[in-house]
Amino acid sequence: MRFLFKTDYDDDIRLLPHSGYAFSYGTLLVLLLIAPYVLSSYLMSQLVFVCIYATVGVALLILTGFTGQASLGHAAFLAIGAYTATYLQQFGVPFVVYFLAAGLFAGIVGAIVGFPALRLQGIYLVIATISFAFIVEEILARWESVTHGNEGMRVKTLQLFGAAVPRDSPAFFFLCLAVLILTIVGTLNLLRSPTGRAFVAIRDSETAARSMGINVSLYKVKSFAISAGITGLAGCLFAHKLSFISPEMFTLQLSIEFIIVILIGGTFSLHGAVLGAIFIVMIDPFLTYLKDDVPGMIGSLATAFSMGSERAGHIQDSVAAFASANGLKGAIYGVIIVLFVLFEPLGLYGRWLKIKLFFQLFPLYKRATFKRQKLYVKSERNR
Amino acid sequence: MSYFRAENLSLHFGGLKAVDAVSFAVEKGEILSIIGPNGAGKSSIFNLISRIYRPTAGRIFFEDQDITEVPAYGIARLGIARTFQNIELFENASVISNLLVGRHRHSATQLWQEVLFLPSVRSAEKDHRRRVEQVIEFLDLEPHRDKLISGLPYGVRKVIELARALCTEPRLILLDEPSSGLNVEETDDMSFWIQDMKSELGITVVMVEHDMSLVNRVSDRVIALNYGRVLAMGTPAEVQRHPDVVAAYLGT
Amino acid sequence: MLDFVQQVVSGIALGCVYGLIALGFVLVYKATEVVNFAQGDLMMLGGFFAFTFIGILGLNYWIGFACAVAAMAAFGMLAERLVVRPILGYPQFSIIMATIGLGYFLRSVAGMIWGTDDFKIETPFSQGVLRIGALVLAYDKLSVIAATVILCAVLYLFFNKTTLGTAMRASSENMLAAYYMGIPVKRVVSIVWAISAAVATCAGILLAPITFIHSNVGLVLGLKAFPAAVLGGFGSIPGAVVGGVLIGVIESMAGFYLPEGWKDVAPYIVLLLVLLLKPEGLFGLAARKKV
Repeated sequence: MRFLFKTDYDDDIRLLPHSGYAFSYGTLLVLLLIAPYVLSSYLMSQLVFVCIYATVGVALLILTGFTGQASLGHAAFLAIGAYTATYLQQFGVPFVVYFLAAGLFAGIVGAIVGFPALRLQGIYLVIATISFAFIVEEILARWESVTHGNEGMRVKTLQLFGAAVPRDSPAFFFLCLAVLILTIVGTLNLLRSPTGRAFVAIRDSETAARSMGINVSLYKVKSFAISAGITGLAGCLFAHKLSFISPEMFTLQLSIEFIIVILIGGTFSLHGAVLGAIFIVMIDPFLTYLKDDVPGMIGSLATAFSMGSERAGHIQDSVAAFASANGLKGAIYGVIIVLFVLFEPLGLYGRWLKIKLFFQLFPLYKRATFKRQKLYVKSERNR
Repeated sequence: MSYFRAENLSLHFGGLKAVDAVSFAVEKGEILSIIGPNGAGKSSIFNLISRIYRPTAGRIFFEDQDITEVPAYGIARLGIARTFQNIELFENASVISNLLVGRHRHSATQLWQEVLFLPSVRSAEKDHRRRVEQVIEFLDLEPHRDKLISGLPYGVRKVIELARALCTEPRLILLDEPSSGLNVEETDDMSFWIQDMKSELGITVVMVEHDMSLVNRVSDRVIALNYGRVLAMGTPAEVQRHPDVVAAYLGT
Repeated sequence: MLDFVQQVVSGIALGCVYGLIALGFVLVYKATEVVNFAQGDLMMLGGFFAFTFIGILGLNYWIGFACAVAAMAAFGMLAERLVVRPILGYPQFSIIMATIGLGYFLRSVAGMIWGTDDFKIETPFSQGVLRIGALVLAYDKLSVIAATVILCAVLYLFFNKTTLGTAMRASSENMLAAYYMGIPVKRVVSIVWAISAAVATCAGILLAPITFIHSNVGLVLGLKAFPAAVLGGFGSIPGAVVGGVLIGVIESMAGFYLPEGWKDVAPYIVLLLVLLLKPEGLFGLAARKKV
């Protein structure tokens, strides 16, 4: 266990407390840089999705985790970013311009949404964001002159500085990775400065925040705008990755997936957003694995337990049927959400911290270190 | 004219007159205590001054400026800070994070500068931390600097609440029952700090208090309230002898 | 004119279903400050249970109805015990996510057990119409309205004439204090969930004549019940039903008079307007924190 002896305010402020962090993150960065040349194209594709989902996760974290404004409508901002980018691309606008325009436009919409959201707390805000997302989805489907309605729009290959960047190329992965890293660093910078502290203050006690001179309304709108803007940027990348967008891709389920990202990762940490993104993106491959390989494995296990080849065959078939069932993905989402809320409130990153602490404090680790205090007294209606 | 003045301040909740035509003035650098039974309207007056409530009638003047219409977040920028009776600290943050929020009214950095974390932001941060350290030293909070609020006892939290208000570098501070929930030692410490705030930091203090020994020790003047109305105003001795105050609050 | 009345009656019938779901929301919210996003899915499950009893096992409609309600009440208590009770002190956001998760799970499991096709229940009211002059009102819609009225009356009597209502309100404000006052908070919460699930089941069964039952119906209708609950005022039981009826009528009108696509969006636009202009809804009370 390392003890940090701080001698300067810089030690408090800096992002990487000691060289160990620099080493670990540096190694991670190197691994990511060589990844496209080492991993299969399928895994690379998933990694691109991880980057995009993680970017949205960080954006959602700014709004929900740090300012305390729950939003179940971020798919709408993703859609706005994606459609803005695709629409502008049709007119030959260069990538850099429509990329930034996607973020800017989504941010403006976010600010507009932020104003009415000022009067809403808790559950009302959640419902309002869901409604907002529905309305946006409907507008995208109806505004056919711009969005081609339910037919969808084709997204042409990215053109950066004259060179084509196809969606399967290493260059595209690096682009998404760069956006993710810049988002994370920007957010960390925000958090260690007055605006970030204002956000957290608003989450914990609006009255106190006001009495400290924080213009709560302004900061809430800012938080919405920043969160929506970053999601818009991710939307542009999302459009390129899928190369085809239509309103049905931006449903409530997608918004909930984003929430799952930060919930599973840990609602208050940036690491969590990345871990959560990995988790969500890995569910589809996992289900495929479950469908293709697992029945065979269980079948052979059954034979190994000398259950007879006919019984083993039956077991294999029923496992295969189970894994192919239509609603399995939804069921898994449901079970995971409930399990994580019940047993792992700090998320995957929290679990990682606990494991790290366990090894650091071994053999003096106490399980109650992270025990969460239940508040039966505080009523949300009296916030 | 006086440093701070409230004229005919009223707060009505329907038929209930929480504050009824209260007028008082505070001189610069003095310590004024507001006493009275529960429900007399003392905290309501504070809430009116820090603009959590809108007054039904009346005006508030600070340094001869009419601040009745200033929004709640503007009050801090004018130099008026307050503490809350039921501590409103940020539970999940460390002590120093809470105190740094108190510096908010002095921050002049723009959003884009912060996202890029320019050197100007960094030096502003260091300046904030330096001043927060001064407050920590003033109130002997060094042992608790990096601890989370959720793990600290009530007495310490009250002091942190005061510290956060001091971090805004106020000229006038409103203390809402600073000694409630504190034991004798902690109340003694609190009385010394209040006196130090006046003598060392030059802050004008208005406090709501039930502990009469603290009021006597520390205050220059006292106002007694009952049912939202002023009963008596004067030095501690005068007010405590006043028959109305004795009848309503102090007893024989 | 006649068309208008038809549409209004359809709207009211649909609105009653929304209202019943919203009623379930409000019941649970009043008792525990938990918003049960899985309420619509409980309704769907209730409908499926009823389909199993009536359609597959061939029981009499009324007996099947009662069995389904009883089964779902028990299921509601089970869900509360397993999912909600462990997380009752957690921040509201976590609880909301847990109920969303529960909803997903129920939807998928229903899809796996009963399949994802549409199902229909035969009710005594499916056929037959009431004729008032030139006006033709189908019995199935009228039955929904009548059943809702009866159910609301029963609930009103139950909550206002018994101590359960006070116990509910006490535990919703401050569970710890209610517990100290001798209110068996855990039992109150269980009962509320059971009632809420039973109400949802009624909604699901009554829905049968109007539309088909399928595994996703809970999501669609459940989400539409939010505007109903908000319009009525989230803490108000009569408000939930009134809100539901209003939303049903608005949706029906929108479907009939406005171009395509507005029908689905109209309730949400109403919701946003209500939230902006009068967040407490029609019957709700605005609250303020005392510092």
